[in-house]
Amino acid sequence: MDKMPKWADIVLIPLISLLLAAFFSALVILAIGENPIEALKLMIDGALMRSAGWGYTLYYATNFIFTGLAVSVAFHARLFNIGGEGQAMLGGLGVALVCLYIPWPHWSLSILGASVGAALFGALWALIPAYLQAKRGSHIVITTIMFNFIAAALLNYVLVEMLRPVGAMDPASAKFPDATHLPSFQDMFSTAETPMFRGAPANVTFFLALIACVVVWALIWRTRLGYEIRAFGQSETAAKYAGISPVRITVIAMLISGALAGMMSVNTTMGESERLILNSTEGAGFIGIAVALMGRNHPFGVFLAAILFGFLYQGGAELALWTSIPRELIVVIQALVILFTGALDNMVRHPLEKLFIALRRRNA
Amino acid sequence: MTAPAIELKGISKAFGPVQANKDISISVQPGTIHGIIGENGAGKSTLMSILYGFYKADAGEIFIKGQKTPIPDSQAAISAGIGMVFQHFKLVENFTVLENIILGAEDGAMLNTSLGNARRELKHLADEYGLNVDPDAVIENLSVGHQQRVEILKALYRKAEILILDEPTGVLTPAEADQLFRILDRLREEGKTIILITHKLREIMEYTDTVSVMRRGQMTATVKTKETSPEELAELMVGRKVLLRVDKKPAEPGVTILDVQGLRVVDDAGVERVKGIDLNVRAGEIVGIAGVAGNGQSELLEVLGGYAEGTGTILVNGEPIPLSGHGADGQARRATGVSHVPEDRQREGLIMEFSAWENTVFGYHLEPEIQNGVLMDNKAIYEDAEAKMERFDVRPPDPKLAAKNFSGGNQQKIVLAREIERNPDLLLIGQPTRGVDIGAIEFIHQQIVNLRDQGKAILLVSVELDEIMSLSDRIAVMFDGHIMGERDPALTNEKELGLLMAGITDTSAVAGNGGNDTTEQEVHADG
Repeated sequence: MDKMPKWADIVLIPLISLLLAAFFSALVILAIGENPIEALKLMIDGALMRSAGWGYTLYYATNFIFTGLAVSVAFHARLFNIGGEGQAMLGGLGVALVCLYIPWPHWSLSILGASVGAALFGALWALIPAYLQAKRGSHIVITTIMFNFIAAALLNYVLVEMLRPVGAMDPASAKFPDATHLPSFQDMFSTAETPMFRGAPANVTFFLALIACVVVWALIWRTRLGYEIRAFGQSETAAKYAGISPVRITVIAMLISGALAGMMSVNTTMGESERLILNSTEGAGFIGIAVALMGRNHPFGVFLAAILFGFLYQGGAELALWTSIPRELIVVIQALVILFTGALDNMVRHPLEKLFIALRRRNA
Repeated sequence: MTAPAIELKGISKAFGPVQANKDISISVQPGTIHGIIGENGAGKSTLMSILYGFYKADAGEIFIKGQKTPIPDSQAAISAGIGMVFQHFKLVENFTVLENIILGAEDGAMLNTSLGNARRELKHLADEYGLNVDPDAVIENLSVGHQQRVEILKALYRKAEILILDEPTGVLTPAEADQLFRILDRLREEGKTIILITHKLREIMEYTDTVSVMRRGQMTATVKTKETSPEELAELMVGRKVLLRVDKKPAEPGVTILDVQGLRVVDDAGVERVKGIDLNVRAGEIVGIAGVAGNGQSELLEVLGGYAEGTGTILVNGEPIPLSGHGADGQARRATGVSHVPEDRQREGLIMEFSAWENTVFGYHLEPEIQNGVLMDNKAIYEDAEAKMERFDVRPPDPKLAAKNFSGGNQQKIVLAREIERNPDLLLIGQPTRGVDIGAIEFIHQQIVNLRDQGKAILLVSVELDEIMSLSDRIAVMFDGHIMGERDPALTNEKELGLLMAGITDTSAVAGNGGNDTTEQEVHADG
């Protein structure tokens, strides 16, 4: 008998955690002398009430969906991939090379090419830590973190020494050709009379992220490989008994994870900046950990959590713009959400479990 | 009549919705051995944990020598004169016997005085109860039987008047078990009170004065041992009549299915666990491997099952199978007709978080019949699981339930259903009834015998000698990585097998005298 119904686990716990995070955020905002209700209004207004706000929210959410899925897939194999950030950076390099050096006739082809490039580079960046974990037992958490730093340094070098156009001052690649321009939501949904999503960076990659959700869901719960990944994640000894190779699953799960993290760069590098810049990932690789935790490693949960974090990002930017609440405080609020939905999960879970058991006993 | 040494009145304890102990009352007279018997999950261990202060009872009272004594923690239990010998010893492996004994009971800040006092006390205890252990030996160098003595000494050193032993013979050879019971007898004569928790009917019948039977958290009966029978106790434990003997015809062995020649296995730590064994199993027979846990049986099964590496030759149906590298994995073994019910179903045989239906294809999940293009045919798997669970009487018959939510016996039935219904040529089966209740044991044994009668070869590994003796058509005894000998179950007895299990092949020299001092020394030297 499970301790509590599934809906409580999936819906109630994140909701309560979220309310707790909101409560403590409100206290913090009060403490610096601002009105939390006003702040919330401003955030909702800026992120959700106008189409342009949604355009930003969904743009961020797209990043978080990819990195959240990346963490989830690895986590199903009990691998904690903290290297999403670095894998996404390298994914960006893959996108840039594909866009710069292959003459694409149309964006619909270039997005496929760029996705392959991003996935390939992201996956390869995850391969080395995966191999070290599988063959040498080097802990994946340590190696993937270190690979984030290596990725940042590598990208810096490549941009400054190799991809920077002659005479340019900033460490960035040349602008991608026009044929690789991805339709933004503004291009897609605006009519002559009513402009929509004006100026917002959300673009067609969002739908690619939705497809990734479905594919990951099918992979994990409907395929042999997903079965093996979950089995290995639950019990390595049992996996060995069944003839599932730990080395193989570790490497494959990390390759998929790295590929998903890398694909985030299609959104940022191709969809938004249209050239490769330093730090285009902006910490989305790390946010992916929180998104996966909150989304219970399920693609649908990841999707919802990604929207929430997209809202926090965009709403936070609005706050910084219109109030005296500093940008740093937004990070505090985001941290509180991560803290309550992820790290302090058990704080909410245990009392709730007790409650449900007590309720059940009364009914029995 | 004197006041009972210990008396429980109306003890109840619930874990969430599970009522582990319900209104339990017993009373144990001083100077007696009182047995508590019951199936796994009947609540024996919970009751003893309450008595030792690990859990707090929801209701009920404890009386020691007629005095009401609350036991909030184990310190209180110790000062009330209760000593506990756990199934898994609580000893510091790299400390000496003496150091272990004073651990937590040091008098004063300086160790030397404590050690000196303890040494004197230990000598005194050894003389009084025949508990001989070298006080300066390091625990990890002692045999399991001696480690258990240290646990008993620890309790006595703390002035225990009531000694609780939880499944004390699970890890002992029959000879070691005999010695243990002789010690317990001695303790009883000296007026100590002993509570013996076990699931072995034989031990209860032979050594206890009174016995309480637990079933589903309740005390179903307390009787004088002299006035009861194993059949009656089994019935009280299960709640219905139980067949204690396995019903089987003589074997009709056919061709050799499994042929092991000179198999050696070295474990991850570099220790050789299987030291060159030869063994064969023919179609239509059950070969039982007897032995105390940890003498290489597990490693043998792991290599046969394809998830540990070994050297030597293994033929299945006359064909050599790879023992390392490519082709030495569970998938390859299954393809050659070898099914495997592993020793530890919770860590190996099942994914505890997976639902029952997902577990019914575990290890066979790559088979083309259950695929639907790139996806798995979950509908077909589910329906098949439903049918399997019905045929193997898995309760509750709900394929959606996670494996962890089934009882041990029902988990084992899920594994058995999966492995037996693949119609293997050879079935490897380790500890088929460990942690399984008596009712399910009967069913599981019958399934194994049925498979044999269909002409399949079965290799059985079990630490339960009774199980080996009643199921096997041939018995091989393993000790320290060697096969000490093969016996016909009809022509051998527990004593002879027990000596083999202790590594003594010259059974004529000590026959009829198992467990004397010579035996003990040899066990020690070999272990």
